Amino acid sequence: MSDAPSSPVSRRDFLKAAWMFLGGLATLETVGVFIAYLQPRLAEGEFGSVITPGKVDDFPPNSVTHIPNGRFYVVRTGDGGFLAIYHRCTHLGCTVPWDQTAQKFICPCHNSQFDRQGVVENPPAPRPLDLFALTIENGELKVDTGKIIQRQTFETAQVVYP
Amino acid sequence: MDEPIPPREPSIFERMRNRLTPEGIPSDDRGRMRMVMDSLILHIHPAKVEVSSMKWTYTWGLGGLAALLMMILGLTGIVLLNNYTPSAPQAYLDILEINANVWFGELIRNLHHWSANLLIVVAVLHLIRVFLTGAYRPPRELNWLVGVAMLLLVLAANFTGYLLPWDQLAYWAITVGTSIIGYVPLIGQWLSRLVLGGPEVGANTLLNFYSMHISFIPLAIFGLMSYHFWRVRKDGGLTVPKSAGQTEEPKPERVTTIPHLVHRELIFALAWTAALLIFAMLVPASLEGIANPALSPNPAKAPWYFMGLQELLLHFHPLVGAIVIPSLAILGIFMLPFFDLNTASVGVYFRSQRGRSLTLLAVGLSLIATPIWVLLDEYVLNWTLWLPTWNTLLSNGLIPLAVVLLPLFLLDSWVQNSFHADTEERVLFIAAFLFTAFIVLTLIGIFFRGPGMSLYLPWNMPAPTH
Repeated sequence: MSDAPSSPVSRRDFLKAAWMFLGGLATLETVGVFIAYLQPRLAEGEFGSVITPGKVDDFPPNSVTHIPNGRFYVVRTGDGGFLAIYHRCTHLGCTVPWDQTAQKFICPCHNSQFDRQGVVENPPAPRPLDLFALTIENGELKVDTGKIIQRQTFETAQVVYP
Repeated sequence: MDEPIPPREPSIFERMRNRLTPEGIPSDDRGRMRMVMDSLILHIHPAKVEVSSMKWTYTWGLGGLAALLMMILGLTGIVLLNNYTPSAPQAYLDILEINANVWFGELIRNLHHWSANLLIVVAVLHLIRVFLTGAYRPPRELNWLVGVAMLLLVLAANFTGYLLPWDQLAYWAITVGTSIIGYVPLIGQWLSRLVLGGPEVGANTLLNFYSMHISFIPLAIFGLMSYHFWRVRKDGGLTVPKSAGQTEEPKPERVTTIPHLVHRELIFALAWTAALLIFAMLVPASLEGIANPALSPNPAKAPWYFMGLQELLLHFHPLVGAIVIPSLAILGIFMLPFFDLNTASVGVYFRSQRGRSLTLLAVGLSLIATPIWVLLDEYVLNWTLWLPTWNTLLSNGLIPLAVVLLPLFLLDSWVQNSFHADTEERVLFIAAFLFTAFIVLTLIGIFFRGPGMSLYLPWNMPAPTH
């Protein structure tokens, strides 16, 4: 037997490092499995799927209609456009009712107030009410409640016209 | 013919008994009872204890009371499991059933409810006692960390248990409470979905909370509690009370744990158990209507022990009020024994005579300053209006935080210059000031916040709408 060429890493150190690496990998995999296992599961047809709140003509201009099982408001603007506004307050998650007399959304929990486009008029809410993606097919509204759209301001591009 | 009689083989029962007690069992009843009790007790307690560390007005029995409440909670919790289904809406119906049709059901539920609430108060008082007597100083730093970790777990146990009745109170308190998770930077939305099991509090949340409430959290508390007890012995038992200015170590005077300590503990535990039973018989745990996700009650409040936090949320951007300030506070509490090091004053309430006066001063100042600040911020200060073009994280978060921290720094240097306070007295002053402020905020949140989270006097409070 001849002497092995001298190497900066001894066999012992190499094996130690290999064990450490594999052990770390196994730990990461285990953590990953548990996190993946704990991911929420969603049922079909419930909140989180595409919901059909009605036809275009069901909503008069300048109206705000609550769709409770979809957790959103259908807001029709004066010029006939549509917004689907998530009814959950962007502050701490309370359900925000539409105040017909004040003509705004007023949160009962911390008094955040939003105008009819969902823009903050009074904090503590840090950003406008979230939107859902809304499309119009054959005169029928379709709202995808699986996709929550966060926004910082109101832009006319958010309004969908029939 | 005369063969010696061989010794009789022990019977199977005798052999079993001998395995249990290799030293043999005392022949009299009294001796037998003592043997069983003593071996159990001396697993937890040392054989002898300092007389002065048993002084009632030194520890107030708070650690022992916390342990007793844990035992009551474990026992009542286990039996409640037999009558509860963690699914909506059955969970709510089960609570109604427990209250109406289960033998002693309402008593057991009330006992569980009130013990859990009392435990938070007792755990916090225990922490305050250890802080005020400097009992967390070397070598007891590690046990302080374990204790604070247990306090956080107790809060988690309370919070997860809060949702289980599935009534309006539970649903909206948990909705408001868990929304804070969404403000964690970067991973907030993802983490919130993971905890809730979906986009909002629902059936998955109930199951997640139930599972945490009955498995991981109690298991972790049990493990830490055992370690906490063991560390008390390992670190040389309880600290010994001293009076301010006493320089020489008190003369040790030790007595046997049995009966001197054990009798006190027994009487203390019996008295508290009786008091809790009476309270649970007289005062029912609250139960409102069944959870309705479409209808937020006005006001929607978090559980009472988080009302101080919710009050902060009314004054700061959520990232500052719910994440930055609480994280710094918890970190500060964890770090206390690592910058408050003077072991000479261990066992002296308030460190020194000057410490006592400074604590009184801090509590008094905080009692005045905190309500004034709340009123100012409610009615006068309006950063978002004054700085409309600024990001709300700045205008409603960091600027008000700076406005609050500046006077605190000024106070600290004032105490340093005018009273010649040393490090331990400054720590005491700041901690007393901040803790009193937190208590005041909690009380304002519980008693002075009404519909729309506006301020009302408690006796003028309009009824909440549901």
